[in-house]
Amino acid sequence: MSDIVLRTENLTASYDEHIAVKNVNLSIVRNKITAIMGPSGCGKTTLIRCFNRMHELSPKARVEGKVFLIENSNEVIDIYSVDPMLVRRKIGMVFQKPNPFPTMSIYENVIAGYILNGIRLKKSDADEIVEETLKKVSLWDEVKDQLRKKGAFLSGGQQQRLCIARALAMKPDVILLDEPTSALDPVATMKIEELLEQLKNTVTIVIVTHNVGQAGRVSDYVAFMYLGELVEYGPTDVIFTRPSHEKTEEFLSGKIG
Amino acid sequence: MTKYELRIIKSKVISVILTFITIVSTFPFLLVLYFIMKNGISVINWEFLTSLPKPVGEPGGGILNAIIGTAILVTIALILSVPFGILAGIYLAERSETKIAFISRLVSEILQGVPSIVIGIIAYLWVVKPIGYFSALSGGVALGIIMLPLVIKSTEEILKLIPHELKEASLALGVPYYKTILKVMIPAGLSGILTGVLTGIARIAGETAPLLFTAFGNPFLSFNILKPISALPLLIFTYAISPYENWWAKAWGASCILVFFVLSLNIITRLISTRR
Repeated sequence: MSDIVLRTENLTASYDEHIAVKNVNLSIVRNKITAIMGPSGCGKTTLIRCFNRMHELSPKARVEGKVFLIENSNEVIDIYSVDPMLVRRKIGMVFQKPNPFPTMSIYENVIAGYILNGIRLKKSDADEIVEETLKKVSLWDEVKDQLRKKGAFLSGGQQQRLCIARALAMKPDVILLDEPTSALDPVATMKIEELLEQLKNTVTIVIVTHNVGQAGRVSDYVAFMYLGELVEYGPTDVIFTRPSHEKTEEFLSGKIG
Repeated sequence: MTKYELRIIKSKVISVILTFITIVSTFPFLLVLYFIMKNGISVINWEFLTSLPKPVGEPGGGILNAIIGTAILVTIALILSVPFGILAGIYLAERSETKIAFISRLVSEILQGVPSIVIGIIAYLWVVKPIGYFSALSGGVALGIIMLPLVIKSTEEILKLIPHELKEASLALGVPYYKTILKVMIPAGLSGILTGVLTGIARIAGETAPLLFTAFGNPFLSFNILKPISALPLLIFTYAISPYENWWAKAWGASCILVFFVLSLNIITRLISTRR
């Protein structure tokens, strides 16, 4: 665990009175897939929403502790001391339900981050980003003849890949996926899982899942959370074969969950 | 007869009664349409739409002053109510839990229930009295106040219907909050906001009471918003209570145009909202 991209220090997050994440210390490894698993309501989603400062958008939300982003140049950014807009461009997010912008075409959806932020792109640059990114998410061959159509016409799985493309187009250091396949069928789920494997060369992936199987299939490292606490964290093969904590064992074997 | 058969019969009887009542309830509108068409359509011709009223006793003449007047009044009302209405609607949708939102939502709902003649009196006090004479501006202000709660309500409702995920998607791309509202939320809700505005126009186009002591009416063509101006409902009112038979015919014609205008607005609204 040498090349760390994201590190938390005593991270605690709460909604009003309810503490959702308790004192988490976690280091995410660059260009690997880290899965965060645990039963519903254990704070997995809240945890990753602290990474790109989305948590603070919820009413009465509070965050204590620190989160650091270590960029390729070894420059360390304390994400709670800079502009959240900047953080969110460096740390992208994909949500549970596919949410392409309904008023935009497929093409515009890919470069939505540029359009909405008012960043002007040359036509050739925009074309290049769109093609390259759609190829990365294996969507190019399926949609290259209908780039001007609205994104809402795509199937659920295609929409979700479009949303991944939209996050990737901003060239982030990390993308956070919040149960990205929970609204999809098994075939679309499999495609997304294969996709993540290809993507990790270019971007660090953090995926939240309540599905033990998925965590085992896709991840290099896995973190198990229970009741807001980080119970265990380590390489996936170690945790899945020799969990050192009783709760992890119970979750993996389906006794809790 | 078994209990089962009895229940089937009861169900059929009630279904027939409901169907009958539903059909009957469309009669008032159909009757209005029938009489207005019967009496009004023969009056409408090119001259009726494009010329000004002639002095009593002279044949011919039209209602151009009232058509232009209504257009100007509606435009003033739109300029006043749409920006305020949309902005207030955004606030209510985005900060729906705050005290200010609670109070202004309540106030807006009450305003919607205030009789339109009372709003006319307010416009009289606010605009006519300080200026010193009746004016198109004061009429537009009155109509704008009537329209405001409709725009607020429809904007708020439509923005609340837009999935929360869409806003998060934009914010997660590092898009600032105000750009998210302007470039994501408003475009996504545009058809709904437009529906609200069109419904508002349909409502105010036929308002008469608030114009009686604001726009006042004017037999001549006027484009000056600080002078009295005619409007379709005012002209209908004046002509219908006049003693001249050919003015009555003109009132029917003007009613016909007003009804068709409002009807087509409603149809457009329906088309937009079903397409959504």
